[in-house]
Amino acid sequence: MGESEVKVIGKWSSPYVMRVKIALRIKSIEHEHFEETLNPKSDLLLKSNPVYAKVPVLIHHGKPISESLIIVEYIDETWSNDNSPSILPSDPYDRALARFWATYIDEKWFPSMKSIITVETEEEREPYYKVLEEVVERVEDAFGKCSKGKPFFGGDSVGFLDIAFGSFLGWLRVTESLYGRKVLVEAKAPSLVKWAERFADDPAVKGLIPDHDKLVEISKPLQIKWRALAAIGKKY
Amino acid sequence: MAEEDVKLLGVLGSPFVCRVQIALKLKGVEYQFVPQDLQNKSEELLKYNPIHKKVPVLVHNEKPINESLIIVEYIDEAWKGKSILPADPYQRALARFWAKFIDDKVFIAAWKSVFTVDKNEREKNVEEVHEAFQILEDELKGKFFGGEEFGFVDIAAVNIAFWVPLIQEVAGLQLLTNEKFPKLYKWSQEFMNQPTIKECLPPRDPIFGFFKSRYENLLASAN
Repeated sequence: MGESEVKVIGKWSSPYVMRVKIALRIKSIEHEHFEETLNPKSDLLLKSNPVYAKVPVLIHHGKPISESLIIVEYIDETWSNDNSPSILPSDPYDRALARFWATYIDEKWFPSMKSIITVETEEEREPYYKVLEEVVERVEDAFGKCSKGKPFFGGDSVGFLDIAFGSFLGWLRVTESLYGRKVLVEAKAPSLVKWAERFADDPAVKGLIPDHDKLVEISKPLQIKWRALAAIGKKY
Repeated sequence: MAEEDVKLLGVLGSPFVCRVQIALKLKGVEYQFVPQDLQNKSEELLKYNPIHKKVPVLVHNEKPINESLIIVEYIDEAWKGKSILPADPYQRALARFWAKFIDDKVFIAAWKSVFTVDKNEREKNVEEVHEAFQILEDELKGKFFGGEEFGFVDIAAVNIAFWVPLIQEVAGLQLLTNEKFPKLYKWSQEFMNQPTIKECLPPRDPIFGFFKSRYENLLASAN
């Protein structure tokens, strides 16, 4: 395996970057990490992802791929042999289900978490908590259907949907620390609570969830930035 | 060979439903089209798509699949025949990227450039559409986004070929024109002329009429 054959442009705090790292680890792929500052955006990022200028970007043999879930599918398809587990299920219907839930999570979860951190009052946070609680209820149900009694959404090992959802656990804990309100609770989502522990402990994931205190620390300047954007009516 | 009990819950005139119809046609899949009344959602729709309650929904042997691009990928994987996505993983990643770009950057902006009460909002969205079209114009290297033959991205872009010209005419806008985006315009003509695509497009006049009355109602409500 050539050095720098696989490069990841990422940011230590990004749940989307974490998805790519987990996928690479599942496939035992060595890679070079380029920590993006985003302010200003590096030349490498602008060249590799001219459309969005966002992380993560995977560069393989000099060719860039953007969008975390698309990258994870690419990793699964490129390094598919008997030695490493598959990330997506093999059955077309199960694949469609996994993609559906991953898309659902992307649309609902992080935007709501961001809003919880951005808005000012408890009253304003309430509707976003409602969204998160609804997602948890639905994903708890989806877990039953996808896992079919096994430890992960993907079955015996961490798979596509585990990666899609689990990558947000770090930031979820941040909102819990900031506002003292838990969303992933035993009473509402017994399977997911247990799954979250298994996920965090899994060799594919261990050490990749960013340090909690560091995330809490950067949540403050992010909150300021997002509030400023919201104040001038921009998307944050 | 996948067992054949295929239903498509949809509405005539939806670009998302059209994507699925194209995919089914490409694979030669026989299916039952179940038209939906979105103002009065059927129990069947609510059962098969409880989360979003939207069309299209593909039901294959009683198992529902939602979200048009996910359905198209499913169709590609479940049935043999002409491939919709490329075989090479890198090309597949690019195809998925551009299909998602069309979903994220074209659809909503195109809709809002016409069907928004506030004039400034409409103009802002027109600009967004132009930006997105320029990016696609630069990206289009061959006859189709898929190369010599149309593929996943072309199918995803069906709303640009058929629906954008309709809504721009309704509102008197210049979204997709030969002058502004010659390659994209040429692509749209070429694409809509493909026999498979032609057979899947809805009739122009009723759709135009529907958008026109919707637009007129919107303007009337603004006064």
